[in-house]
Amino acid sequence: MKILVLISNVPDTTTKVRFTGDNTSFDDAGVQWIINPWDELALTRAMELKEAGGVDKITVANVGEKTTEPTLRKALAVGADDAIRVDVPARDAYFVARQLAEVAKDYDLILAGIEASDYNGNAVGGMLAEMLDFNSVSAVSGISIDGDKFTVNREIDGGSQLLSITGPLVAIVQKGIAKEPRIPAMRGIMMARKKPLNVVAAVDAHEKTSYVNYELPAPKAACKMVDEENAKELITLLHEEAKVL
Amino acid sequence: MPEVQYIHPDYFQVDELLSDEHILIRDSVRDWVNRRVKPIINEACQKHEFPLHLTKELGEIGAFGPYIPEKYGGAGLDQISYGLIMQELERGDSAIRSAASVQSSLVMYPIYKYGSEEQRRKYLPLLASGEKIGAFGLTEPNHGSDPGSMQTKFEDKGDHYLLNGAKMWITNSPIADVCVVWAKDEDKIVRGLLLEKGMQGFTAPETLNKWSLRASVTGELVFDNVKVPKENILPGVKGLKGPLSCLNSARYGIAWGVIGAACDCYDTALRYSLERKQFSRPIASFQLTQKKLSEMITEISKAQLLAWRLGTLRNNDKATAAQISMAKRNNVEIALKIARDSRQILGAMGITGDFPMMRHMMNLESVITYEGTHDIHLLITGMDITGINAFA
Repeated sequence: MKILVLISNVPDTTTKVRFTGDNTSFDDAGVQWIINPWDELALTRAMELKEAGGVDKITVANVGEKTTEPTLRKALAVGADDAIRVDVPARDAYFVARQLAEVAKDYDLILAGIEASDYNGNAVGGMLAEMLDFNSVSAVSGISIDGDKFTVNREIDGGSQLLSITGPLVAIVQKGIAKEPRIPAMRGIMMARKKPLNVVAAVDAHEKTSYVNYELPAPKAACKMVDEENAKELITLLHEEAKVL
Repeated sequence: MPEVQYIHPDYFQVDELLSDEHILIRDSVRDWVNRRVKPIINEACQKHEFPLHLTKELGEIGAFGPYIPEKYGGAGLDQISYGLIMQELERGDSAIRSAASVQSSLVMYPIYKYGSEEQRRKYLPLLASGEKIGAFGLTEPNHGSDPGSMQTKFEDKGDHYLLNGAKMWITNSPIADVCVVWAKDEDKIVRGLLLEKGMQGFTAPETLNKWSLRASVTGELVFDNVKVPKENILPGVKGLKGPLSCLNSARYGIAWGVIGAACDCYDTALRYSLERKQFSRPIASFQLTQKKLSEMITEISKAQLLAWRLGTLRNNDKATAAQISMAKRNNVEIALKIARDSRQILGAMGITGDFPMMRHMMNLESVITYEGTHDIHLLITGMDITGINAFA
């Protein structure tokens, strides 16, 4: 069995977000890049499945320019066997899914994080399954290999759902898929130097959306402390200032 | 578990001097420290306990002997990588960095550099994985800055050596499985011997009641007619240059490590000063607070550049002992001052275990003394520039 884990290269969650070009593009100056946290958990689960036996190879794939390679190297250091980078800047979800579809055909299981922590699009995994004509399940919080099928757990309102599904499968995973992401060991980092990172040319495709404008959220208002015995003042504030009552 | 808030200060874009791999190494150890050290270290210090469970994990992430070749269980990394690992560990606590320093520079390094092939194969993989813990015995009760006058000695008894003497202030001694012990032979030449836990006449009592490095175990090594097998001598070195070369490696690690402690204090103080209000303003808006913070970031930037340059020299085998002394001395001093100044910014809160300053400050009082005291390192610089030895 071959597993492909989709890796999105996103700004570190502590990044101070700024925009340039009259708020039309993200300012990436000085930004630290990390593996999208959901993808990192997906990779961790892929490693667990491989360690349990029955998985021959884990590949990681990313759509992006050379600057995204440290993120792929980290995935290799964690334990992926090889990496694919589609050499083109990622545009919208359709464009990314279209590029990935070219390199994802030969895998039995594709793990995609439910969203990327930068644009929170929630779209690539589903689009990719459609393009490849693979089965697909979203909001997956548990997956195991059961002979030629997969057993999949989904969190649903008020409970969970257990599914059995045949491959090839795109599993769109959320938190819970693995406990915590693995930290690469120094020996893993050394070994990652020698693992293949294949750069493939992009196919001709056009994005279906364009970014018009960004806006930062309004600054947080000052916090008002109300004495615990003074419920009346709290109600007055909620009513007259916050206008939520 | 609350997420550890930390923004690494990099005022002079020193990160641009690092490779992508260096950054991955640093960030991996940083993640590990946030996850495994930060949540438990205050309690370990308060209880005066070494978190022994972390030794295996330090081995797993590769913090023991990272520059030792892969065939002996190391990762074969360069000196800057070693420095960055030490920096991140000491951001957690000097005790954790000390454990890794001793294992790497004072135990694995001499076995790798001066040991026989059998000794390397026997000890290095187990030390790298953290299955065995090492210690280093040079300092004695009556001989600290003057190790050449050591009294620990051994006699050749034909089929074994007979070792007598005592070592003091030995990190890890009570828990060590293997100790590199420096002692004089019958011709008064300093040699290295490998002692194993359980050898008859060899004991390692703990030194208690420390106000510093409380999350590290310190003790003595006492040798009372210990029979040491002849194959346990390090064949590759004679004289004080053996232990001193180990100290060069450890001091280099300290020059990096203490930057971690300094950054932790600075980052905490900067964040606190922006949140804490007095007279209706953040205390960061007062000139005296800004003076402290500005001096801290200036000194951190200088220390980072010094450490990076020293690492580059070491990668090319060009760093001198005197350069290492200067970097160790300078960086420890500024880290200690930053711990004190940042503690002041936090006011009374700074003395509690909820913040790292007092812990780092007390740890650094050891770090400024061990591996060559602050004063001795200055005299090394003095001797280097004047050619005159002012030690004795």
